[in-house]
Amino acid sequence: MRVVVDLSRCEGYAQCAFLAPEAFRMHGEEALMYDPNPDDARRDQVLRAAAACPVQAILVDRLEGPDSAVEATRS
Amino acid sequence: MTTADTLQAFKRDGRIVVVGASLAGLRAAEGLRDEGFTGSLTMIGDEVGEPYDRPPLSKQVLTGWVPADGTKLPRRRDIDAEWLLGTPASGLDLATNHVRLADGRDIPFDRVLIATGVRARPWFVESEASLGGVFVVRTREHAEGLQRALAAGPSRVLVIGAGFTGSEIASICREREIPVTVAELAPAPLVGALGAMIGEVAADMQRAHGVDLRCGVKVTRLEGDLQGRFRRAHFDDGSTIDADVAVVALGGIRNTDWLRDSGLAAGPWGIACDTGCRALDLNGLVTDDIFVAGDVARCPNPVYEYRLISLEHWANAVEQAEVAAHNMVSAQADRWPHLAIPLFWSIQFGVNIKSVGVPTFADEVAVTQGSVSDHRFVAAYGYRGRVTAAVSFNNAKWLDHYQRLIETAAPFPPPCPTPDQPVDMKPMPVDFPGPTLLAQGATVVVTGHDPGERRVTAAQQHHR
Repeated sequence: MRVVVDLSRCEGYAQCAFLAPEAFRMHGEEALMYDPNPDDARRDQVLRAAAACPVQAILVDRLEGPDSAVEATRS
Repeated sequence: MTTADTLQAFKRDGRIVVVGASLAGLRAAEGLRDEGFTGSLTMIGDEVGEPYDRPPLSKQVLTGWVPADGTKLPRRRDIDAEWLLGTPASGLDLATNHVRLADGRDIPFDRVLIATGVRARPWFVESEASLGGVFVVRTREHAEGLQRALAAGPSRVLVIGAGFTGSEIASICREREIPVTVAELAPAPLVGALGAMIGEVAADMQRAHGVDLRCGVKVTRLEGDLQGRFRRAHFDDGSTIDADVAVVALGGIRNTDWLRDSGLAAGPWGIACDTGCRALDLNGLVTDDIFVAGDVARCPNPVYEYRLISLEHWANAVEQAEVAAHNMVSAQADRWPHLAIPLFWSIQFGVNIKSVGVPTFADEVAVTQGSVSDHRFVAAYGYRGRVTAAVSFNNAKWLDHYQRLIETAAPFPPPCPTPDQPVDMKPMPVDFPGPTLLAQGATVVVTGHDPGERRVTAAQQHHR
């Protein structure tokens, strides 16, 4: 699954790091490091983390799997 | 047909081409479909593969945590586009409304969005730039190559340039326990973006983490061995350093070369546009069908005296793309101005550095809360007695407050909003290197939160 965090919005509340520690880690006191491509098996965990974010900075893909139109352009 | 009929027909059957298939291009394409555009949508990009996110390349990817191809951007929706990837655009014909591709194909459009972004500035001597072990970091391939070089355990890494990217890379080298030398022409890291006071804090942070930081020096030559591998760098003070990896982090070059003969106001600083993201032509006239968004756009900001500002910021790309997409399918009266206050972040040496506003648009800076020595503080920037920017070190929760101060043209220096009042709040000169041309002008107030509601009101300027 694909994830992006709007780090200009993130204020380091660390709710995500608590709810999905494999995908979201705090770096120092306040900075967030995250896995933009966490395992699909953790989807529920990551969705819970996204829902719990107090500033709603976490975006999870709504489109499942690779974009076939893009893949078709690869020769 | 009335104008409204024409617009409806365009939204239904028109042809939109997006040049640049990265963050701004993708978000604009999603925005166009959100706005009800059902015509044909063509995405042109010079890189092969799906749009991906770049900030993790100099962080999560270089630490080895995330693979370089693991940063593909999540999709907010299906965009039903035709993708023309792997071939850059080479020209734009405004007379016939065509984008020319480097392979000779001509792609027709009714409206076009230019979001071609920035590429890494290469080392200035080509033969030295091509030595094994010399890197820039902008694309997925760059990050992958550098990650492999770091994983191989180099004896030392030389980072040339202590801006945000260079400092982040130095931080990761230390995290991986790789000896690193940082060479910076300015008197301190980050000084060009944040001024001398913050530069000093950044220098302390680097040295405390074991970076061999050399400021006020210029790298003059990269020397290779017989196998064509980088081995040694020469400085302008006559000294040398032995290293087997060099990272050139000297900023970016805006991708506007392909527009040289287009008749647009495009140059090294970007493509000039209005706050509605419509491109200006060479005469400064607003075009109707050419829009710009992201790192390559150079847009006036009313808060900063309508100065044309180009921003290499993630949030700016997202917000400008949203405004551009809306305006591409809206009548003049319904158009939105892009009035976002710039937001930026950098993660280095365990510290979250964030900024709001334009710190270079300032004559004074003052620490307004927290403690500089603890690396947990906010500094506010002022210009002629009003707040124009703020920078936080591990204090991001307060930046919204400073954004409101900027938007309301609040007096500088602002009072400390918390009990952690610093010992010394006295403003000092901001001291950016080189000439900063600051002029008198308008002060405005920005209101509204969503792009559709944001407006500017002229305000009385504060005088001291």
